[in-house]
Amino acid sequence: MTRTEPNRSSKSDSENSGGGGGGTTAMRVIVPLQGVVQGRGGLFLGSVIPCAFFYFLQFYLKRNRKNEPDSGEPSPDSDPSSGSPDPTRSQSVGNLTELASLPRSLSRILLSPRLSGGAVSISGRAGCVLKGGDSPYHVGQKRVEEDPYDESGNPDGVIELGSAHNTKMDWVSEDPGEAISDGLCMSGIASYEPSHGLIELKTAVAGFMSEATKNSVSFDPTQIVLTSGAASAIEILSFCLADSGNAFLVPTPCSPGYDRDVKWRTGVDLIHVPCRSADNFNISMLVLDRAFYQAKKRGVRIRGVIISNPWNPTGTLLSRENLYALLDFARERNIHIISNEVFAGSVHDEGGEFVSMAEVVDTEENVDRERVHIIYDLSKDLSFPGLRTAAIYSFNESVLSASRKLTTLSPVSSPTQHLLISAISSPKFVQRFVKTNRERLMRVYAELVKGLKELGIECTRSSGGFFCWVDMRGFMSSYSEKGEIELWNKLLNIGKINVIPGSCCHCIEPGWFRLCFSNLSERDVPVVMNRIRKVCETCKSQNCFFGI
Amino acid sequence: MGLPLMINNDDNNNNKVELSRVAVSDTHGEDSPYFAGWKAYDENPYDESHNPSGVIQMGLAENQVSFDLLESYLEKKNPEGSLWESKGSRGFRENALFQDYHGLKTFRQAMASFMEKIRGGKARFDPDRIVLTAGATAANELLTFILANPNDALLVPTPYYPGFDRDLRWRTGVRIVPIHCDSSNHFQITPEALETAYETARDANIRVRGVLITNPSNPLGATVQKKALEDLLDFCVRKNIHLVSDEIYSGSVFNASEFTSVAEIVENIDDVSVKERVHIVYSLSKDLGLPGFRVGTIYSYNDNVVRTARRMSSFTLVSSQTQHMLASMLSDEEFTEKYIRINRERLRRRYETIVEGLKKEGIECLKGNAGLFCWMNLGFLLNTNTKEGELELWDVILKELKLNISPGSSCHCSEFGWFRVCFANMSEKTLEIALKRIHEFMDRRRKVLNC
Repeated sequence: MTRTEPNRSSKSDSENSGGGGGGTTAMRVIVPLQGVVQGRGGLFLGSVIPCAFFYFLQFYLKRNRKNEPDSGEPSPDSDPSSGSPDPTRSQSVGNLTELASLPRSLSRILLSPRLSGGAVSISGRAGCVLKGGDSPYHVGQKRVEEDPYDESGNPDGVIELGSAHNTKMDWVSEDPGEAISDGLCMSGIASYEPSHGLIELKTAVAGFMSEATKNSVSFDPTQIVLTSGAASAIEILSFCLADSGNAFLVPTPCSPGYDRDVKWRTGVDLIHVPCRSADNFNISMLVLDRAFYQAKKRGVRIRGVIISNPWNPTGTLLSRENLYALLDFARERNIHIISNEVFAGSVHDEGGEFVSMAEVVDTEENVDRERVHIIYDLSKDLSFPGLRTAAIYSFNESVLSASRKLTTLSPVSSPTQHLLISAISSPKFVQRFVKTNRERLMRVYAELVKGLKELGIECTRSSGGFFCWVDMRGFMSSYSEKGEIELWNKLLNIGKINVIPGSCCHCIEPGWFRLCFSNLSERDVPVVMNRIRKVCETCKSQNCFFGI
Repeated sequence: MGLPLMINNDDNNNNKVELSRVAVSDTHGEDSPYFAGWKAYDENPYDESHNPSGVIQMGLAENQVSFDLLESYLEKKNPEGSLWESKGSRGFRENALFQDYHGLKTFRQAMASFMEKIRGGKARFDPDRIVLTAGATAANELLTFILANPNDALLVPTPYYPGFDRDLRWRTGVRIVPIHCDSSNHFQITPEALETAYETARDANIRVRGVLITNPSNPLGATVQKKALEDLLDFCVRKNIHLVSDEIYSGSVFNASEFTSVAEIVENIDDVSVKERVHIVYSLSKDLGLPGFRVGTIYSYNDNVVRTARRMSSFTLVSSQTQHMLASMLSDEEFTEKYIRINRERLRRRYETIVEGLKKEGIECLKGNAGLFCWMNLGFLLNTNTKEGELELWDVILKELKLNISPGSSCHCSEFGWFRVCFANMSEKTLEIALKRIHEFMDRRRKVLNC
């Protein structure tokens, strides 16, 4: 490409050559070409020729490049739960390109000329799912699987403090005879039953949910839809309340699971609304409002807010005022509220009062009740993770109707339903179970907090659920996400405990960690403390970043 | 993340909050005759003693013919198979606590061995390639999410199971482009039909991502021929697309030698780029008659698909209690061998009973060799050779004969007058009654015609 002198002489000259007011970069391409076709429709050809080159190049590349997995909807959040450093991310991408370069074989098949690549591709959605597998959430889980702690069998194993199993409630020993009927009859459980749950089980679940609110709310079984787990419940609601391209507001820190449950298959996005330690991680309505309007300005339609109560990961209980404020907010913007109340039955703070969103809307107009949807999970409160039964509770008949149909894709199996019916239908059993559960959690939590304090570690006050939201900012080598991941690595590899770093929960401040204590007995707490102490000492000796 | 939307002025108070397009669409298909008949049955169900003139349900493909075998195994024979009595409360605890989306290894091994047995050992299944889902419905939807983007298409031969309209399309946003098959060659898939379907999609600017077949076919009740499968795989390789084979009725083929699974064809292929486009769906609902258990699987030769499916199965997991319960049963070689053999035999007898009974009335069925239903041709009874004509006849059969059968149009059949009639979800006595009602109807009709 030749460049003629006059066009390089001055900026004003360039502009006069009529580049049409484009950016300076565009100028640098167009102007020299205009020199080439000077005087003969220069501007037109000067624009058309580079465009033609560009498209021809694209076409050429497309015909000749190997098939790669599509990234149909590349969203900036395609690695939602990944707080991991780059090396792990590129590793998974490496796997994908590896697949794409498998040798093409002709075998006995006539290949059409269009067959440009060997490997058949998968969808954009699948691609995102594959990429996200190297986050600390998954890496930690894997380590626990490979080397699980056992008091007698493997005392040096990795202690699982990442996920919410409630393994210590041995309710079978509570009173198995009463809790479970003997021998479930096969013919009663083998045939097709409504995928959204048997009415007997819904009634039992409604009873359980009421018990969790200390009977201040009476839940109607006909407003319950059962499905195979909380992940499915959240996903079903996401499909029902929002279209692809819309978004939900989520105050953070939040459950790491939302990135999967809300986003993976629905095309719905999450807009994180940060809460700060200075506010005790309480939701600021002002910040929520601002996030709403910023989204609106960008052209993103907000369909709802997702809250959890008791809060995951902080364990906070939302006050009545909080809930009313949220309802007002939702009403004014005409959006939904998804209230994730999976830990409702695990309130362990005697002074704490759990208020369900159901109670708040009890006295409201229909038009407001219809915007509230509650998720409840039997697996959390009953230590039944393997049995996979969660509930959607809604006042909105259309949502219930759509959800019921959607549960054909994620139903609870009949034997499980029947088992649960006999287990939780006895009110006496339920009350006793809930009480014992709470007391146990309370004791373990108290021990844990005490132990952490001795190490100089604070946590937010957790009133419900299985988590401790722990402040380890003082032990990071740098006040950054990188520092947080380094510390997480130390906790996992030196301390051999698996905790969830705040970045997985989208916490805007680095240095916070989610510690799940439902797996611990009081005896385990000192073991955990020792492990943490080991890591803290390592940090101190490496001159970690101290104080904020 | 989608186009910038025009913001609706919906900020004012007292507005009813809106739901999504998915929630309000009717892609769930539950308003079709396929499901409407079920409602009629629910309202007036046949019962031998209490309601002998009620509606007989012949629209539900459920297998109750071999239920006694299951019952005797689970309730008497083997304590391991009972709900938690193995190892007492500790056993229960293990069940309740296990929640890994990989699924119990013993259960996956049992499933693999069961699937091998059904195919007479002609194909091997690797337990690590098995992904568990809560039913075949979920498995089909999951595969669709994984293999196709919204607005892409899967090619599906007609007639097909009405549920696919929901399972493959509703939430996924993926389309179905039909591969038209007709009675001239017993509804077999031809290479020409495949090409036509593919071109149709291409002309409409729709990207085809795969072909989904059911083998044995629902609603035809017939297996896909080996040659047709090989041609199909060739086609998929040529177009560089996936092949999903829903083999949910594989254990219900009357004669084992007549069934060729796509797994057998792939077994002899070393080329990974060919193998990794093949995926099989299976479930215990039909062969074992355990629909309530909601156990489905995806078996894929593609590592990425296995990995992704496993993660996505978080939304549709099988309870560990169910897995544990079935693991011991499915790995019991003696039991499974006996069950498969006897089940096939009973289904064959039922099929022969109904087909012969219909033949006596001058009603022909497609020659079938598998499944829980027969594909009946009532074209000669239609007033008009149209969809309306077919639905009119269907309505008469439902209201007058009180038989709920499934009209071919709900299966997207391109010819009118075909109906799917299920025969395995009732006792032999009930089947006789159903045939009697048909006989009476045809008798009345003959008398009217002879007047």
